[in-house]
Order: sequence, then C-alpha cells, then structure tokens
Amino acid sequence: MDILIAENITKYFYDPVKFKVLDDISFKVKQGEFMALVGKSGCGKSTLLYVLSTLDTDYSGNLKIANNDLYQWTQSELSAFRNQNIGFVFQFHYLLPEFSCLENVMIPALKLARKSKNEIEHDAMNKLKILGIDDQALKPAHKLSGGQQQRVAIARALINEPSIIMCDEPTGNLDTYNTDLVFDIFKMLTHELKQSIIAVTHDNDFSARCDRIVEMADGKIIS
Amino acid sequence: MNLAFHIAKTHLLTRKKQTLIAMLGVTFGIGMFISLVSLMTGLNKFSEDISMSSSPHIRMYKELKAGEKQVIDEVFKNQINIVHHVKPKDEVLRIRNAAEITEQLNKDDRVAAVSPLVVSQVFFNYGPIQLQGLVSGVNIFEEDKLFDISAKIKSGSLEDLSIHKDGILLGTGLAKKLSAAVGDRVQITTPKGDVLSLKVVGTFQMGIGTIDNVRSYANINTVQNILQVSHSFITDINIRLKDINKAASIAKEYAAVYGNTCEDWETANATFQTGNTVRNIITYAVSITLLIVAGFGIYNILTMSIYNKMKDIAILKAIGFNATDIRNVFLLQSIIIGFFGSIAGLLLGFILSSLIAQAPFDAGEFFSITHFPVNFDPLYYIIGIVFGIATTSLAGLMPSFKAGKMDPVEIIRGQ
Repeated sequence: MDILIAENITKYFYDPVKFKVLDDISFKVKQGEFMALVGKSGCGKSTLLYVLSTLDTDYSGNLKIANNDLYQWTQSELSAFRNQNIGFVFQFHYLLPEFSCLENVMIPALKLARKSKNEIEHDAMNKLKILGIDDQALKPAHKLSGGQQQRVAIARALINEPSIIMCDEPTGNLDTYNTDLVFDIFKMLTHELKQSIIAVTHDNDFSARCDRIVEMADGKIIS
Repeated sequence: MNLAFHIAKTHLLTRKKQTLIAMLGVTFGIGMFISLVSLMTGLNKFSEDISMSSSPHIRMYKELKAGEKQVIDEVFKNQINIVHHVKPKDEVLRIRNAAEITEQLNKDDRVAAVSPLVVSQVFFNYGPIQLQGLVSGVNIFEEDKLFDISAKIKSGSLEDLSIHKDGILLGTGLAKKLSAAVGDRVQITTPKGDVLSLKVVGTFQMGIGTIDNVRSYANINTVQNILQVSHSFITDINIRLKDINKAASIAKEYAAVYGNTCEDWETANATFQTGNTVRNIITYAVSITLLIVAGFGIYNILTMSIYNKMKDIAILKAIGFNATDIRNVFLLQSIIIGFFGSIAGLLLGFILSSLIAQAPFDAGEFFSITHFPVNFDPLYYIIGIVFGIATTSLAGLMPSFKAGKMDPVEIIRGQ
C-alpha cells in the first residue's frame, strides 16, 4: 500500500531571482518503508521534505498522504492533519525546553485530544520505554544529552501513531554511538511496527543501510 | 484551549523574573489609578456633600429684578424704546401663594421634601459689637428632611426648637463668636431696627465656615413676627428631589409654572462642579498614561519572548498547532499577566488609599475635616481590573497575531 504519493511537484523560489528548486518530482512511499532522501547541499531535498510534510504549501502538483488529497487544504486543516498523520524528527531535536520529556511527548496527543490525559500519559511512557529513555521521563528536556533528546523527539513523533515520519538530518548532530542507536530504532519501527519513514540525510553510512535511497540533484530525482 | 493555557502558564513560570516585571508595570498602573481615583472622587464627593448641605436641590425664591416691561412699550408698540437706568418697583421679595405652591409641590412624585422658609438678614448683638448674620425661619422638621440637620447638631437638640417658641439654633462659628452656649440668650436686631431676645437651644455645624459663621435657624412664625409680616409671608421654598440629577430640568419647569426664580444646586455650586470636572480629567489622564506605559512594557516583553520562542513556535506548528493555537498561547500570557497584575494593582491601590485616608489634612477654617476624604467605591475597583485586563490584552494582541502567522519553514531553515 502506498502511504505517500507525490505527483509532479514543482516549486519555485522567487528571492533573490526566480529559481526552480523542485522540478516535476513524482514518487511513492510504501507502508513500512524506510526511505532516505539524499543529495548535495542545495539540491532541494530539504525543500521537498517541507512540501511533503505539508509545512510548505507554496507548490504546484499533487500530494496524497494516507489517501488524503492534500491539494488546496487550508492551513488549519493541514495543522490538524499533521497533528494526526505526520511525525517530525529534526536535526536540532526541537524539544520544548521548559517542559519535561514526558510532557514533550504528550503534547501532540493532548492537542489531538482523542484520549484522556491518563491514557496519553500511559502511552507516552510506553513510547519512552520503547526508546529506552523512560528513566529520564520527568527531567526537563534541556537537561538531557543530544542523543537522549533525539530519542525523546522520536517518541513524540510516534505518539499519535502517524501515517509517516519525516526526518530532517535526524543524526546530523549525533555521535556514532547515538547515530547507530537512532538508526536501529528507525529500523525497528519500520520493520516491526510497519511505520513509514522519510529521512533527509547527508550521512552516507546511514542512507546505505536504508530500504531505499532516493537521490536528488538540481531539483530532480536522479535515482 | 486548555493545552494553550498549560503552555502559556509554563512559559510564564519558567521566566518568573520577566513575568514579575511585566506584572509590576500593570500593578503600578492600576494601583495608581485606584488611589488617584479614590482620592479624587473622595474630594469630589466631599465637596458635593458640602455644597448639598448648604444648598437645596432646588431653591425657589423671588429675585429682585428691575422692571422688564416698561409702560412706554405698551404705548408706543411699533418702535424701539430705550429707557436708561430703570429702577425696581417697591416690591416685597416674597413668594406669592406660597402655601398653595408648597401643597402642589408636595403632591409632585419627583419631590421628596419641601420646606418653605423666611430668610432675613439680622444683626447679633454682642456687647457693643453687632455681628452680621442670617436667620432662617423654618419648620425645623421639614428643613431637617432637606439638610439632615439633626446629624449636624453639635450641642442641644433639634426638637427643643419646636418646643421653645423663642428658641434659636446657631451655627457653631456664630455661637463661638458670640460665646453663646445652650441655654444662653442672644439679642438680634432686625433690618427695621427692632431688638429681640432669643434663647439658644442648640448649635449645628454644616462643615463650611462661611455658613456656620452666619446662619441660624428659628421657628417660622417667630421670624415672621420679628419682621412684622403676615404668616403667609415666605421668601424661599427649598425643594429636595428624589433624583438629584434631574434638578436642572425640573428647576426650569417650576420656574415656568410658578413664575419665581428656581435655582438648581448645580448652578448654585458651579465652582465646585468645575473643580470636580478638572479633577476627573486629571485622574483619567494620569491613569490612562500609566496604563499605556504598562501596555508598552507588556508589548515589549511579549515581543522579546516571541523572538526567543521562535523555535518552539516552529515545532508546535509542525506537530499540529494552527495559527489560532499559537496566538492563544501568547495572548493568554498577556491576559494572565494583566489579570494578576491588575489584582495586585487593586490591592496596592487599596493599601495606598487606606494610607491616604489616614493622612491628616487641615483645610483651615473653611472646611471642617481632619483627614483626606477617600472614596472606597467598589465600582472603581471593577473599572480598574477591566481596564487593566483590556490594556494588556490589547498590548498582547499584535505580537500574538504575529507569532500565529510565523512560517515554520522559514524558522527551521534559518537554524
């Protein structure tokens, strides 16, 4: 089953001069697939990720995630959609520093408001346990090490059981040990839990071990 | 909304110092507003009370007027006639048909009390010296309904005046000048030269020197006798209304109906009223300025805070918060600051005005008060908190909307 279908995605940058950053991009992602999006700096892979993740709506073409045709949805509808269907993992972790790890994981679920607070807390604790950092749950997010923070961010991405997880350089800021850890977690998520993941990365070792590599150059997919 | 509140609360609590400073701005603004407005309205109310104690809501009397209509106008109707130096007629300044008018006024629904009286200039004889004064011949119980004299009696009693036909109630200032105490007799000389002895049955204090130094009350019949006029002779009718604010319009109406001059209390105390207006303008101008300054403080702090929280805004948007949610997070912060700042401001205002109320204040001979008059009307506390929350919300509105509109991609890219 295809979880994500991108058709003829084209996007321009207008500043400082008009420039075609994404050129007629089409591809599909299957459920449970672990896909790496690679390419040189400036090839448009991050831009493509933001388009796919619905954060960037200034493009032409069709985007379909989990059977929802997202073309011309309003910002508010897209926010609600992201909340439920897309998990994010960024290079710089982006946890809310004032909150505890547990709260950070809980926030997307509290926003979704499908379950009671107790259930959400239980779920969040479970996710932290899967990622092996349940012992840090009550610490403020900024007191954790980089690797630990990234694992909390992954737990947060998982909390609403999204259709797909988007990662922007998820290991870019981590040492080898933590990179391996995060990679193993992703591998486990895709293969055991049938979670789909798209990861933008520079790291060749990382991408080499993914299920599929999509390489971009000058706004196009080359392989 | 709950989640937005939770995030707003956490943001505020993790930056306690900044939050406290923002709140202090509001607190001082509201505190100053409360104490200023309490003192100013206290002064206003005091001066209003004072003017109320000296002038009735409406005073009806016959004004001395030089003849408005000249005979020459009747004779030569079709030309302009100019008569220089018109002199008044020899006319007694009395209200005609006073008994009838009093009766009609008593039937008027809008009227609370009516007191007809005879006022005359007299001299009080004190040894070889003659002190100028006024004696008002009244039915003291009717007059009491208008001016609450019984509450202002300093010695003797109001009832004694109705018992003693030749009794007199003196203003405290006047009694002091005459060194007269209850039970003493004072001699008065009427404008026509008659000398009469009256017994002091009590003294009263209205609180205004100019009144307490000259005014006295006697029975209406006694005064009519002294002046050697008939018992239908009335110079003034004092009227108390149920609604004081209608005085001006009702006075106009009575003047038209009864043909006498009717003066409402606002006209009679125009200087007090001007003072009140000026005080009100100053109070509101200063308070609004203070609150605007506090508002700018909140605007600044919130803008700074949003700048610091850009990463958080990006991540919140990525995980599914929409523009409204983000806006609420920051708007709630300014509302919370406004709410608690205002509450503290009310408290500060209350403490300050309590202190002011205890400060000794010597108004000299003119007013008999010992402390600043302060008004603790809860209405101003309500205005204060509404005003405080409104200003802070307004100040938070623009930065909050800006935060809601931020583009997460731009923030993440800029990292």
